Amino acid sequence: MSAPASLSEPVFPPLAINPELVRKILVRFIQNEVQKVGFERGVLGLSGGVDSSLVATLASEALGPTNVLAVIMPYKSSDLKSRSDALQVVQQLGINHLEVEITPQIDAYFERFPDADQRRRGNKMARERMTILYDQSSVFRALVIGTSNKTELLLGYGTIYGDMASAINPVGDLYKTQVWQLADAVGVPTAIVQKAPSADLWAGQSDETELGFAYRMVDQFLYYLVDRRYSKEELSRLGFEPAFIDDIIRRVRDNQYKRRLPVIAKLSSRTVDQEFRYPRDWGH
Amino acid sequence: MSADGQLTVGLAQVDSALGDLDRNLARHREWVARAVAAGVKLLVFPELSLTGYFLRDLVVDSAIKLDGPAMKDLLSLSGDLDVVLGAVIEEPDHRYFNASLYLSRGELVHVHRKVYLPTYGMFDEQRYLASGDRFRSFKTSYGRAGMLVCEDIWHLSSAYILSLEGVDMIICPSASPGRGLSTDERLGTAESYNLVCRTYAQFLTTFFLYCNRVGYEDGANFWGGSMAIAPNGDIIAQEEDADEALVLATLDLGDVRRERLANPLLRDERVELTINELRRAWHERTRKPF
Repeated sequence: MSAPASLSEPVFPPLAINPELVRKILVRFIQNEVQKVGFERGVLGLSGGVDSSLVATLASEALGPTNVLAVIMPYKSSDLKSRSDALQVVQQLGINHLEVEITPQIDAYFERFPDADQRRRGNKMARERMTILYDQSSVFRALVIGTSNKTELLLGYGTIYGDMASAINPVGDLYKTQVWQLADAVGVPTAIVQKAPSADLWAGQSDETELGFAYRMVDQFLYYLVDRRYSKEELSRLGFEPAFIDDIIRRVRDNQYKRRLPVIAKLSSRTVDQEFRYPRDWGH
Repeated sequence: MSADGQLTVGLAQVDSALGDLDRNLARHREWVARAVAAGVKLLVFPELSLTGYFLRDLVVDSAIKLDGPAMKDLLSLSGDLDVVLGAVIEEPDHRYFNASLYLSRGELVHVHRKVYLPTYGMFDEQRYLASGDRFRSFKTSYGRAGMLVCEDIWHLSSAYILSLEGVDMIICPSASPGRGLSTDERLGTAESYNLVCRTYAQFLTTFFLYCNRVGYEDGANFWGGSMAIAPNGDIIAQEEDADEALVLATLDLGDVRRERLANPLLRDERVELTINELRRAWHERTRKPF
């Protein structure tokens, strides 16, 4: 598989965005959703990847750099370059930052479960980072701003109650290829936009290797499947392999639970999230 | 209206607090004061300006009764200018409507209950609201007017019916969430509304006042874009951005007559033919499946 050509290849036209318009909508979104519930500040986990660097940039513009706290939470096997990329974003934006290495608590836990595989370790790390963000949000009096993009949400390529947890998410309706466009336009360092996307559980890990396909390709597929509601036959006519079609459709379906509240056993006639339906922005 | 037939209208492109009537009423007072100071004679607020849009179960808590105490507050807004605002109204039989109210000189001149309640995609209005059953025009100090609320204008017949009543202006309060990304400078929704509103103005040779709200509710952005359109389809004034704004436009009310002389579309409209053909089409449609 070739390296992700986030900027060098032309964008699939239906996923091309007007970055200036999207930037405006998302900056206002952060301002509005943070401030109307009585907050002025935001906190986010900054990995040094393109998604969190983009969100840090948008949050900094929306709330002002002094109202943004970026928490850098490396594990001992994280790539050192990730940390230096994150610090570059911090410096460029002038936002607050805090480094909390998660190695002690992760290692302490897995000493009891030395056979745990990478998946368990990765999920545990994501949830550890979540608890740190929520704890810091209380100290900093801030809302946790999420960084999961639409590709990840649809594929379930994230940890439920880990990196998928947040109070507000400005980039959850942007595919990865759109994140790249916006990040480049708002001034995220080119090296960050162009580097191979990685969950960074160990140095050299690659999302695209792990997923088994390139973001560019799956974004095109998801666009036709989700946004345009193409049938399997129509997707096949576009040239997608039947095995790929089945695999992605199954992934989207199998990960639906991550995108919803836990299932509540229904007993009364007015159940939370069934008949008890209020907007999240109730009163604001 | 001044002696020379000019009318200054204001489109209050505002945000609303979801389900907070007191705060929204106070905000209406502020915008009315601003509009009065700017010489506005007709001020239009967006759809459900008194309550916010994605109310869900808040519909019940946010409703007012037309003969209830809240009406006094609303009527008092219209002492110095005519006001169009949006509210949920509860009827005596406990049906709830998404309504637009036209107020003038402390009186309720007209109520339009939204007919077409979008219940698809991100919308769920029919779950919570009853739908209106008529499109009627009414007389104002500035000519004959009709109101259509947001989704109403996505049905050609609504504006057509008002046009046959001889309206000089169609007022469309809206709470349209923006969506549809492309490389364009505007969202797809904004492009569509511009096309629809200008088309109606030009085809029906009438002024068209479109007031859309701004702000966010549960992640949805309202894109603003409020505009006043002349009977020839030209945009007189527009706030393209999604900021709160008082969009001011001076309408030359004589434009309706002049446009209808130049383009006598309304005169030439074959209403009886239309009715007959609709009746035939409906008759056939109900007897054989398409």
